[in-house]
Order: sequence, then C-alpha cells, then structure tokens
Amino acid sequence: MATPIISFQDYGFQYMAQAEPTLHHINLDIYPGEKVLIAGTSGSGKSTIGNCINGLIPFAYSGEKTGKLLVDGKEADKSSIFELSQTVGTVLQDTDGQFIGLTVGEDIAFAVENDCIPQNEMKQMVDKVAKLVDIEHHLEYAPHELSGGQKQRVSLAGVMVEEVKVLLFDEPLANLDPAAGRMTIELIDTVHEQTGAAIIIIEHRLEDVLWRSMDRIVLMNEGKIIADMPTAKLLAGNFLLEHGIREPLYLTALRYAGIEIDEKMHPEHVDHLMLTDTQKEMVQRWYQKQKAYIRSREETEELLRVENLDFGYTTQKRTLQDVNFTIHKGEMVSIVGRNGAGKSTLAKLICGFEQPVSGAIYLEGRNLSGDTIKERAARIGYVMQNPNQMISKPMIWDEVEMALLQGNMPEEERKKRVEETLKVCGLYPFRNWPVSALSFGQKKRVTIASILVQRPQVIILDEPTAGQDYHHYTEIMEFLKELNERGYTILMITHDMHLMLEYTPRAIVFSEGKMLADTTAAHVLNDPELVQAANLKETSLYTLSMACGIDEPQVFTECFITYEQKEGR
Amino acid sequence: MARIAILSYIKRNSLVHELTGTTKLIFFIAWSVASMVTYDTRVLVGMLLLSIVIFKVSRIKIRDISFVLGLAAVFLLMNNLFVYLFSPEYGVGLYESRTVLFTIAGPYTVTLQQLFYHLNMTMKVICVVPVALLFIACTDPSEFAASLANIGVSYRIGYSVSLALRYIPDVQREYHNISQAQQARGIDLSGKDKLFTRMKNSVAILLPLVLSSLNRIETISNAMELRGFGKNKKRTWYSLRRMKRNDWIVVALVLAVLVIDLVVTFWDGSRYYNPFI
Amino acid sequence: MKKLSVKSVVAIGIGAALFFVLGKISIPTPVPNTYISLQYAIQAVLATLFGPIAGLLIGFVGHTLIDATSYGPWWSWIIASAFAGLVIGLVTMKMDIDEGIDTKKIVRFNIAQAIAHLLAWGLVAPCLDILIYSEPVEKLFAQGLVAGISNILTTGIVGTLLLVAYAKTIVKKGSLNKED
Repeated sequence: MATPIISFQDYGFQYMAQAEPTLHHINLDIYPGEKVLIAGTSGSGKSTIGNCINGLIPFAYSGEKTGKLLVDGKEADKSSIFELSQTVGTVLQDTDGQFIGLTVGEDIAFAVENDCIPQNEMKQMVDKVAKLVDIEHHLEYAPHELSGGQKQRVSLAGVMVEEVKVLLFDEPLANLDPAAGRMTIELIDTVHEQTGAAIIIIEHRLEDVLWRSMDRIVLMNEGKIIADMPTAKLLAGNFLLEHGIREPLYLTALRYAGIEIDEKMHPEHVDHLMLTDTQKEMVQRWYQKQKAYIRSREETEELLRVENLDFGYTTQKRTLQDVNFTIHKGEMVSIVGRNGAGKSTLAKLICGFEQPVSGAIYLEGRNLSGDTIKERAARIGYVMQNPNQMISKPMIWDEVEMALLQGNMPEEERKKRVEETLKVCGLYPFRNWPVSALSFGQKKRVTIASILVQRPQVIILDEPTAGQDYHHYTEIMEFLKELNERGYTILMITHDMHLMLEYTPRAIVFSEGKMLADTTAAHVLNDPELVQAANLKETSLYTLSMACGIDEPQVFTECFITYEQKEGR
Repeated sequence: MARIAILSYIKRNSLVHELTGTTKLIFFIAWSVASMVTYDTRVLVGMLLLSIVIFKVSRIKIRDISFVLGLAAVFLLMNNLFVYLFSPEYGVGLYESRTVLFTIAGPYTVTLQQLFYHLNMTMKVICVVPVALLFIACTDPSEFAASLANIGVSYRIGYSVSLALRYIPDVQREYHNISQAQQARGIDLSGKDKLFTRMKNSVAILLPLVLSSLNRIETISNAMELRGFGKNKKRTWYSLRRMKRNDWIVVALVLAVLVIDLVVTFWDGSRYYNPFI
Repeated sequence: MKKLSVKSVVAIGIGAALFFVLGKISIPTPVPNTYISLQYAIQAVLATLFGPIAGLLIGFVGHTLIDATSYGPWWSWIIASAFAGLVIGLVTMKMDIDEGIDTKKIVRFNIAQAIAHLLAWGLVAPCLDILIYSEPVEKLFAQGLVAGISNILTTGIVGTLLLVAYAKTIVKKGSLNKED
C-alpha cells in the first residue's frame, strides 16, 4: 500500500480564543492522486482541517494541538508554511483576497517570483499553467475585469504554478453562479487528470461537487469524522441528512417515491443512475399521485411595481434596460441570473441607493422617486450580500438593536423585539458575543436580523443563503417563509437553484441587464434555453424525470416541491 | 456609483510609455528634488519648458487630464492668495529692493518684487505638475513595485505599494456599499447634522470598513504566505522591464538637469536669482 | 532594520488604500474650504495596531497617491503625514489593544496623536515649506495650526471611537460560551 501524502493521527486542535477544541481525535489518511470531498456543516471543523494541512495552523493561527499530522512524510508543525506550500497548494474561498497581483499574469507568477525564478523562465511557466486553466488570453486583465469563475481559474493557476502534490479547495463554489460552479468542478477534474495531484475539496454543496466523481467523502460533525467512505456508500446511507448536509435532489425524489438507495444503483451521479423498471414505475406512480395536489396561486393586490426602468453607471452602457414587473402582496420571488446581470443594481434602485435614468418604481401605487433612502428604508429592507459591509457595531445585540434606537420605541418592546428576532435567527445563545467571533454565515444571519427587527413591508435579500450549509439554509429559509406567511413580501437575489425551486413560486430572470423571463421557478429550470442564457443549471430532477419516462419535467419538479412542503422535512 | 475622478494609467504608444518604470521613477524623483532645491528663475524657466516638451512627446492629451489641471490651478490660486494676504511685502525682503506698482488698500501694495516672487513660486510648482502627471499616466502600475525594488527599496515596501494600487478600487467600492447600507439605517455624512454628530456617524461607516479591512489584511497575508512571500531575501518580478538605450539616455539627462540645477542655483552663493540689484 | 512581517506589508498596502480613498472623500465643515480628514483617524488606528513603520508608510504612500493623482506631490505635507503616523506608532508601541482597552490606553492614544499632529503640522510641514518653497512664515504656521487642530479633533473623536469599538470586537482567550 502506498504511503499517504497527508496523515492525521489522533489529531486534535484548539484555537487560542475558543473554550473548546475544534478538532477531536482526527484519523485521516489521504493518498497521492486521490480525490476527497470533506463535507460538513459550518462550524463542523472542516475548514480547520484545511488550515492544518496548508500550515496556516499553527503558523498563522496559534492554538494547542494533540496527536500528529504528517504532510508528505514530515511532521507539519515542525516544517514551515513555506515548505508546506511546496507540497500543498491552497485555493481560498475569497477569490478577491487571493488575487493579489495587479494583473492575471502577475498573480499567477506570484509564487515563482518569490522563488526568485528568472523572468524568462517564469513567463514560460505562467503561459503553460494559464493554458491549462484556459485563462491564457486574459493575462493582462485586472481583477475587476474578470468574472468570479475567471478569478477562480487565476487562483488555481497561481497555486499550480508550483507543481504541488496536493490541491486544497476551501469552499470553491461559494461565490459562483451555478454554471460557473459547474465549470469549476469540471476544471478541477481536468487538472486532476493532467497533474495527478491529490484533490481535497471542502464543501457542503454535495450535489454540485459530485458533478464529477470523487473517490471518497469525509463527513465531519462537531470536530469529529462521522463517516469516511466511498461516495456511493455514503449516499446510500442516511448520514447526510442526519448531519445537516443536503443529499442530491434526485436521491431525495427517489426516497419520496419509496425507493431505497443502494450502492449498486450508482447513486453518485444522476446520469449513471441505474433504475430497474419496477423502480421507474414507482417514480411514475408517485408522480401521478402527487400531480393532483398541485395548486395554482391566486393573485393578491399589487405592492411593488417597476415600470420601464433604465439605468447605467456610464452613459454608453446600460446596466439595466426596460425592466417591468409587478410584485403582489405576500409574494416570495427569486431574482436570478448570472453575476453582473444587473440583479444587485435593481435592488439598489428599489432602495433608492441609485437613481434610474428613466422609469419609475411604485409602492402601493405611489411613485417612490421623491423619497429619500431613509424614507424608503422604513418600508423596504435591504440585506446586503456581504455581512461585513453592514455590521457597524461590535456586539451582536447592539447591531440588531441599532435601527430600533432611531425611533421612539419603549425599551421593553425594543428588548422583546430584539430577543425574538435573535431567537428566530438562531443567534440568541450568542447575543453577548462580539460579531467578530462569528463565522461568515452567522454574521449573515446577524445582518438579516438587523433588518428584520424593523419589520419592513418588503424585504430584499441579496444572496441570503450564500455560505450557509443545508441546516442553516433551511433554518433561514423556513424563517423567511414563516415571515412570508405572516404577510411580508420577500424578494431574493440568488444563485441557489434549490432555494428558487423550493421557496419561491415565481422567478424573474435577468441576463445582461435585460429581463428574460417572469415565470414559475419550475418552468425556468426546465427550459434549457433560459437556463443557458442566465448561467443557471438545470436540476437533476429534470434528468431523473426523463430517465423515468415522464415527459413533463416541469410538472414533476412542481410535484417534488409540493410534496416537500406538504410532508415537511 | 459616483466614481471619484482620479488620474490613472492611460495606455498609449509613446516614447515616454516605452521607458521602463525604473527610468520614470528616477526621473520623477530627480526632477522633484531639482525643483524643490532651486529658486533660480533661469533654471525654473528651463525646467518648465522641458516639462512641456516631455508632455508633448507623451501623446497624453490635455483633455485626458483636464480635471487634474483644474485642481492644480485652484490649489495654486488659493496658495498664492494666502501668501499675499499674510505677507504682501515678502518679495521685498527676499529681493532686497522695493518697486511699488500700485496700492490696493492699507498695507496691501503691489510691488514688482512680490509679483516676481509669486511667479517663481508658481513656476516651482508648475514645472513638477506635468512630470508628476505623466509619471502616473504613463507608468503601468504593474511596474511600480518592481521599479521601486530596482532602485534599492526593500521589495516588501515595494509590494505594499503594489497592494495599495491593487486594492484601491475594492476599498472604494466597499466604502460606497457600506455608506449606502448605513444611509438606509438613517446614517448620513453629507446631511445637515451637527459636526460632532457627523463625526460620530462616520464611525458607523468606518468601523465596518476597518473591520473588513482587517479581515482583508488577514486573508491577503495568509494567501501571500501560502504562496511563499517573504521566503527569500530577494524576489524576481514578472513585470520588470529591462533598461534599454533610451532609458540610460533619459537617466543621464535628468541627472545632468539636476547637476546644472545645483550649479546654477548655488554658483553665486544664493538660491534666488535676483534681477533687481 | 528588522524586516517587515508579511502582515505589516499587507497592512501598509491596505492602509494606504484606505488613506487614499478616505482622503478623496470630502466631508465639509462649517469652516469654508476645510474638510474633515478621516484618513488621519484610520492612520492613527492602524499605526496603533501595526506599529510605527506601518504608520509612517501608510501616511507616506497614501498621501503621495492622493497628491500624485490630483495636482502633483506636495512633499512637505506628505512627509508630515508620514511623520504623524510614525510618532503615533512609536508612542503607542507595545500598547496591546488586542488585550482590551482602558482609560489609560485611550489617554495614551490621544496624547500620541496630539503630539504627532502638533509636531507634524506645527513644525515639520511649515519648516519644510520654508526650506523648500520659501513661503512666508506667518502663512505657513496659520495653515499648519488649522490643519493640526482639525486633524487632532478628527483623530481624537473618530479615531478613539474606532479604537474602542475595535477593542470590543476582540475575543478573549477561552471567553466564549453559548448562553441559553
């Protein structure tokens, strides 16, 4: 048997600031050339494992460790971060933080510059690796001229230029739209084939990662390894849902139809799924039965209307063009489309942060154009994508309370409201913590709480579930759904196809500043043309329904959603 | 987004663009020193003429930089005005003679000496402006760090300049987003609030900016360490360009200007050229 | 000279970018043509957190970039900005904000910034201006006084509030426990 390239031996770790260890008794071997997915909820310790492998622990984050970690045969904490980086290349989650060069070429060359490689040799190395990740035509581009997917390619090239033996990806899909995420997974697979490096992906989006095969899945929970087994075996078991990780949709659909998932039916990928005729019939029967429950919604009165909206930051280029739609009271709507399609701009226009070139926005029939940002904010709440840009108080309680302090609310009620909001957002146990002690996902919840506490009529959320694992995703979305049921109208800008499908009956699709469609979520994802134009991704339910001989994939998808909502989770 | 108009690199083909960053950096420093040292009218006129010639060669258009020139003009006007208001007789003391042209009111007379002093002071600033503007407009930011390292500045400091250039747009966008989010919660800096309230409000914008910058510092330094920054005493540069013949000529030229500047200025033992005695 | 840590290098880069961006934003005051210079508040905070060399270079690089992209560099004031950062960094050295903040530290921070700005704008900038531009002394000191007082006030108010808020965000070892 080969020697492992990475070997955790009864390893434990506790960060300086934490009261308890983050990792307990980790035993994990990763062999040269393997492809391993480390999955787990946020706070499960999966990122900490990554930091141990690349040397950020203990060289950048100190703490106490127990047991042993060998990287390429050497004990990691007796090595140095530089030495470890010769073996392990890390692609961080934050592509803007990782992109430190002024141009693509410089950024890829960064590591070899530090190795004092002569310039002509360096240029050849950069060209070669840029070609491998298909970015060779953009070497002179600055980071802000690139899409998220392209930046990630640069990050990958920047670590591959050193010919490392292990490539470590920390949540590579977090900031990408669905199509770009899929391309990233394909790219990682290509790189694996061409370099033979071991691949470690830390992610909780299982189905997306499994778009290309993985040898093994390591499932983490509360600092321990819960399962470490081949992909098929793990999917057949019940580990995932138990530990807050979402299993692929097609498997959930099969389970709903009463089919037991078995290793032998190749559950790793929807395209390779082997179903017997009996099983297919079971799916069809389930489908026929569920179809009866689908109900169409009745229209309520108009709340928000956008009319002929045009906007551009510069006079030549329009960021948004002729946008028209109406949102009714109590709706929950997704706004989808690729990065840079104009979705966030639309939100900023509705909130009054930017002024349209032409067109108007009406709330309950009243033109908002004369209202200030502050006046609009009392009725339309906006939760930004990046929580770090919203949080302006050091302590969680103060941050959530902040907006209420502007009015004349009695202290008693204020306290009650804050408590209530904190509880619903799952932040109550942390109420006296500084915001900085929270994970990215938890911070996001603080910002949602700080807006929700004002109880606005319309809430616009920019990527509400970015960076959340399934458990927290469900928690937040169920919370939003609850608010929605109480009559709040919710608009969400999202990349998450599951979110759109499961929670928003209606979706508005944008591409390059234009509105492409305003229809049901199920329809969007079952229309290959729309899917492509908006950089989305069809769901595996589409493929599954086809495989089972159901020729109305859209209706099948709706059945699935109706069933989920009916049966609960 | 209300973008702030700032001068930045303008890509063109010209002799000035072709020079390496190192050459332009040396030129810029030597030129700044030369203009600071001298108060000699003859040298200043010479430098001013030369800087206009260089500007022509660079093929940068006046309209590319008109907003910058506007700022410079306002700045110079204000500065001249203040100098005159505080010391209307300053030139008289400097040039040790007094030729009154006319009197405005009270102590505010206009003397030939004062005007000559203002002319010299203004030229001293003006002759640097085109060179400074060209240095920014004609130097690829990618070359900055390498050029600094090339003239002997530690590569760590050089790289921090490069990082500043890299992250200015990000920080700007972030400031903008934060201030919008805070405006929605009733916090505004441009409003009619009292000064102290406005300062306090600015903290609500600056704290997220500082915290997220500290986060950014951590992420970037992690990313840099993971890719071996600081491993060796030296590093090589992807975007460093080799000095060519023209570069050496220009460097020699600017050093010559500096020497002539020093010689002419101090030959007669005074920094000032005095036509009045 | 002891070599700069990677973190300091990055702090200088990001600090200079912040200095630049804030320096380009003008917040008017009741005094005509005078603006609140928020960049000095940030510089003071970063100098306290990352030390004198970082303070110096944030001021130097940031101010040079502001000047060079508007009307050419005015070196005497650039040097004064750098000097202010250096002094604040020196006086607040080994004052570990990460260990928490108390009145003593706040006072020290304010003494540091007051000395720094007084010297920078009351002495360094005017003297250099006399040396380089040979401008009238009265004008320079009047100008320096206005700039110095305005910067001391801005840094004293905004800088102190920022530093206190920052210290509150620091997690103390083993201090975090969930409450029900």
